[in-house]
Amino acid sequence: MSATVHRTVIVSNEQGLHMRPADLLVRAAARFQCQIEIEKDGHSVDCRSIMGILTLGAVQGVSLKLSATGADAEEALKCIAELFATGFNESDTEVA
Amino acid sequence: MKFSDFVSGKAIRADLRSTDKVSVINELVESLLSAGEIGASDKEDIVKAILKREELGSTGIGRGIAVPHTKHPSVNKLIGTVGVSTNGVEFESLDGEKVQLFFLLVSPPDRPGDHLRALENISRQLRDETFCRFLKQSKTSDDILQLLNEADSSQFGS
Repeated sequence: MSATVHRTVIVSNEQGLHMRPADLLVRAAARFQCQIEIEKDGHSVDCRSIMGILTLGAVQGVSLKLSATGADAEEALKCIAELFATGFNESDTEVA
Repeated sequence: MKFSDFVSGKAIRADLRSTDKVSVINELVESLLSAGEIGASDKEDIVKAILKREELGSTGIGRGIAVPHTKHPSVNKLIGTVGVSTNGVEFESLDGEKVQLFFLLVSPPDRPGDHLRALENISRQLRDETFCRFLKQSKTSDDILQLLNEADSSQFGS
């Protein structure tokens, strides 16, 4: 049984966790074996579910708790946290 | 946010005729025009913007659901419509399935929070399989409106 790894991230992009960032998270999670959860205010969702991620309604500035369980958990969270840190590579002028 | 905060009742369509992506987006935006929610001179531009967004990745999020959307400067509040296709529309969805249920959104460029709250509401409600199935089986726009109202008063799931 692998230990669960945790990490806290902030939604840094202006548009928040809308559909395209949610899609990027699902695609990133799919590259790893571990189970990844995203939690906001006690509401936890599977990082492989775009609909689940959208139910978080996470706007800019919100803090989210990531948890990953599995062999490649550390690596997965590093990758996911990087997406948040770079604001999903969005520019402000981009269409939603 | 509730469905009644952004869904234009008069724009709801239970009988979408389109069978491809471009036509169905046209048909849904046309419904907003008929309902008086957008101006005739803005229709083409809104359709174009929604199609441009689809090029970044399909908004068909699986389970027969799509949420085509765009920001547009001509609207001063978030507006949306709901459309149901009995036979489904090929929409390049994430799971490859045809789309039967459409939620189309047009939001003002400076209100990302409202757009997120609408997405949150749509995805939360549609996680309820019964609600999702009833919507897909709707035969009239009144049926759809009633289901949305029931969802707004929390008669489905969580």
